[in-house]
Parts: sequence; structure tokens; C-alpha cells
Amino acid sequence: MALLSKKDTNLILDPLADNNPITIQVLGICSALAITAELKASVVMALAVIFVLGLGNVVISLMRNIIPSKIRIIVQLIVVATLVIIVDQVLKAFAYELSKTLAVFVGLIITNCIIMGRFEAFALGNGPWRSFLDGIGNALGYGVILVIVGFFRELLGSGTLFGYPVFGDPIAKTGLYSTGYENNGFMIIPPAALIVVGIIIWVQRSRNPDLVEEN
Amino acid sequence: MSDKRLTFKKRLHILKHRYRDKKMAPAFNAFHTFLFSPDETTHNGSHVRAVDDLKRTMNTVIMALVPVLIFSMFNAGYQHYSAINGFPQEFSVTEHFLTWDNFWIGVVKVLPLLVISYGVGLLVEFIFAVIKGHEVEEGYLVTGMLVPLIVPIDTPLWMLAVAVVFGVVIGKEVFGGTGMNILNPALTIRAFLFFAYPTWMSGDKVWVHGARERADQIAEGATNVDAISGETVLGFLAQNKGAEMSYSTWDAFWGFIPGSVGETPTFLILLGGLFLIFSKIASWRIMLSAVLGSLFMGLIFNQVVEMGWITETSKFYGLMSYEFWKHLLVGGLAFGIVYMATDPVTGAQTNRGKWIYGFLIGFMSVMIRVFNPAYPEGVFLAILLMNVFAPTIDHYVVRGNIKRRMKRLKNAVVLPKDSDQEAKELKAETV
Repeated sequence: MALLSKKDTNLILDPLADNNPITIQVLGICSALAITAELKASVVMALAVIFVLGLGNVVISLMRNIIPSKIRIIVQLIVVATLVIIVDQVLKAFAYELSKTLAVFVGLIITNCIIMGRFEAFALGNGPWRSFLDGIGNALGYGVILVIVGFFRELLGSGTLFGYPVFGDPIAKTGLYSTGYENNGFMIIPPAALIVVGIIIWVQRSRNPDLVEEN
Repeated sequence: MSDKRLTFKKRLHILKHRYRDKKMAPAFNAFHTFLFSPDETTHNGSHVRAVDDLKRTMNTVIMALVPVLIFSMFNAGYQHYSAINGFPQEFSVTEHFLTWDNFWIGVVKVLPLLVISYGVGLLVEFIFAVIKGHEVEEGYLVTGMLVPLIVPIDTPLWMLAVAVVFGVVIGKEVFGGTGMNILNPALTIRAFLFFAYPTWMSGDKVWVHGARERADQIAEGATNVDAISGETVLGFLAQNKGAEMSYSTWDAFWGFIPGSVGETPTFLILLGGLFLIFSKIASWRIMLSAVLGSLFMGLIFNQVVEMGWITETSKFYGLMSYEFWKHLLVGGLAFGIVYMATDPVTGAQTNRGKWIYGFLIGFMSVMIRVFNPAYPEGVFLAILLMNVFAPTIDHYVVRGNIKRRMKRLKNAVVLPKDSDQEAKELKAETV
């Protein structure tokens, strides 16, 4: 017997591709623009969202039958805020520099539309195990895009990956820089993330025309 | 001679027909119609023949740009040698400007920019035409000519190539190609270069050929070369040094000043603008209102200085106290107004919209210039911004027209209250 049924597998795989929260539902764009200038920050952000969304979905799902529907948004906010504060404190304790880079955006996970969206759309109507898979799947879909964008932005913008120089030293003009290559300052600024996400959307939709919206 | 040409034409013709339904058809079609007039006629239906098709329109703009290009090739050399040897005491055009030495610098530095711009841009166009299976569009003909004229002379060719690919793909093709783009592709390319490689696009070391190279040599410890610097007029004013500028107003008018390759010769740009107006290619409304807009903003700044609100200690003093009409002579304002703002695709379409659109371009160009010394060249930002707003302006102009007509109509006829259908028809007619 397989660990996951086909239906459960789709919960994880769908958001990775054909129902990606960023490229198809176009949610969570703000953080995708803000923190993807470095690959490291993208990865940490992705992990943080996986933690918050996976656990948050389980908690909401367990409480779904006792939450009065009139105040459910507040309950959801409290759950997500608690989890975000845990993430924030852990980062501050063990990766202080990184938490300064991510700055307010860890706190802003609370307002990430993907999280509230999954709470509302899935966790309130499904059991804990499936909610957990759904949360992990959506957070992974979000994380994959973040990492792709972060990869290109850091590589082209700073010439590094995870802070490790790939092309050589831009100041001493070694490696690729000796041929006259220069880092692309445009990739550092947030509009570049929008364009990279746009290109991903373009590629994805031309590979799978079913995703293209009517008109 | 004519025999040979005929065979070439025939060969192309045969190729074109052989590849008619194949993937590469657009490529052969494009070559064929670029070099020769089409060999097909329309067989059915009545049709209007107009002389100013897209190719003719584009060629007219290119003709208006050619004098600027030739001047800029001479100016490239003139600025280079003057920066090294000092500016001539008694300047004579034939002796100091129209020389082979000057022209040669232009050939070496400006022509490669032009070739790369056209080569890369048209390659992208061809690839897209073949993939999408439509005809190669003529839209790049003007863009390719504009691009080398609005970049600094020492821009590395690979940077230009990267920027052209970006500008054509992201600025134009993703929106659906020529005629569908929101932003002016040439300015998208300029903006990309500016934000991607700012050290190559601004400062006082990029406007004269060789200035940057020398600065690098001196930084490495060479002692046998002198530093040369070529500050633009705007760059000089932005620093607010208060000293007398070495360029006269006439220099700025004729174009004997450093700057982006082709933005300096205000006189030739003026002629080009008149040519475009008389050939009815570009809108005189946009040009005139943009000039008025920049004069208006310049007057406001002059007035602020006059009132004593801004003193010489302020960092804005240099640019704010610059006489308002001189803003038109320096930087890329004239070039932008004549060749970029009037782009029929990205500009406003309605007549009243053109007035608003142009006015705001002039207004904001001067405002960005003065308030943000980091971007002394605010023209491209102002035009790109207004490109984005142009459809909105048109929308409200059209809505305003509809409203006014409805009002007029309501006063003229009494709408039957019980018949909604009639009222709807009436409304549809007025729209």
C-alpha cells in the first residue's frame, strides 16, 4: 500500500505546477518581489512558509468544527500570528543576520494571501492529514518559484549563489569579469522579480495552453 | 548589372514560393518586401491604396534621423579630440568639426552601436515571426535607429545587445508585437541599461569616447595620460558649483556638447521635427504641448529662485536657476520630444489627449531633472511614465466626449421615458 493515495499525491503535486499559488493564482507576489534578491533569503522564506502553512493548516483543520464562522478570520489570524512569531524568534536566535535581511517580511507572512487562502479554502473543510498535505504542497509551490527567482536574481545581479562568487571577483576583475562582464544592477531591484515571475508564467502557459485564460 | 539584380530578385521570389507554407516563410517574405515591391496583388474586393503604409512611415522617421546620426558621428570625434587637446580657441565648423579624424571616431564608435542594435533587434523579430508564424514587423526599423542615438558613446556592445533583447522581448513582443506595445521599446532599452549598468550610463566619464578608459588607466597607476572628463551640461548644473560653464548657449543649440550619442544637435532635431510634422508622421500637438510643458515647469522653477525661496546654498539652485528655455537645448529633451514622445503606438491617440500627454511629458522631464540629480536625464523616465498613462488619458477624453454629446442630445430631443429600448439605441448611436 502506498503511503499516499493518488488524491493525496495530487494535493502536493498540483500546487507545484498547474495550480501554482504564484504563477497561476498570482498570490503572495509582494514577498516574492521583496526578498528574492538573494537565494539564501528565498530558501529561508520558503522554509518559513512551509512551516507556517503546514502546521497552520493542521491546527485550523483540527479546530474547524468548533470555530464559530463569524469570527473565523480572527481565529485564523491568531493561529498564523503565533506560528510566524515562532519563526521570527527562531531566526533572530539562530540566524540574526538573515533575519535582518528578511526584516519585516517574516512578520508579513501573516498577511500572505496564500496562507489565509488555504485556511479558508481547504483547512476549514478537510481533515488534518489532507490539510497538512495541502499546506505543504502550496508552500512548496510558493517556495519553488521563490527559489527560481532568487537563483536568477542573485546569479545575474550579484554574480553569486548563496553568497559564493560564481563568476569571479567583480572588483579585482577575475574570472568572467576580466572579459568585461558586469553584474546587472537591474536584477537587484524588485521590478526585476516581477519580470522573472512574468517570464516563468509565460513559459509555463506556453508549455500548457490549458492554463491560458479565456480572452 | 540589371541582369544580375533580376536573377537575385527571381531567386528570392522562387525561394519565397518554395517556402510559402513552411516555417521560415516570414523570413523570406520580409527580405523580399524589404528589397523589392511585392509581386502579389489583391484579387478580390475593393481596397484603398495609401502611400503611407507602415514601412513608409518608418522610413520617413529614419530619414529625419539620418542628419542627427551623421552629426553625432562627427561630434563623437570632436568631443574626443577636444577633451584631449582642449577646445579650439576660434571654432570653425570646417576646420575643427567636419574632419576625417572626427568622422573616423564616429565610424569606429557609433557604427558598431548601430549595427548591433539592428542586428540583434531584427534577429529577435525574425525569431518571433517564425515561431508565431506571422510576417516580420517593421516596428524595429525606427527603434533600431533610435537606440544607438540615446546611449553613451562608450557603451559596451554586449550590454547593448543584452538590453536590446530585453527591450524587444519584454517591451514589445510579450504584448503582441508592433502596435501592441505599451512602452516605447527604445526607451525600455535605455531604461534597462540605466538601471542595470548605472556606472556606464551616468556620471562624467561616459559621455566622451576614451574618458572612462583613461580614468581606469590612471586608477591603475599610469602617469603618462591625462584624465579627460566630459560632463554634460546637466551634470555640471546638478553639481551646483556656481562656476561659469564652458559651453555657450549656441554650442548647445548646434550640438557641440557632450551627451548621449545623438541627443545634442538641437538644431538638426528641430529640422527633423519640422520634417515629421510636414510629412504628417508625427503629431505637432504632442511636440508643441511638450515644449510648453517644459517651459512652464522651467518658469515655475525660475520664479521660485526669483522669489528667494531657494538660495545658492541649496543643492537645487544650479538647475532651478537655469533659464527656463535653455532646458530645451540641453540633455535629451528635444530628442525625446521629437522622436520618442510622438511614437504613434505608445502615445495618446485623441487630440485632446495628445495635448495633456505632451504637456505632462515636458512638465515632468524638467521636474525629474531638477529634483533628482541622480537622474539628470529625466526625459526617458517622463516619457515612459506617460506611455503608461496614455490609454487612461484617452479613455477619459473619449468618455468626456460621450458625456458631452449625450447632454447635447438630451437637450435636443426628449427621450421617451417608457421605452428603454429606444433610449438604448439612441445611446448606441451617439457612442
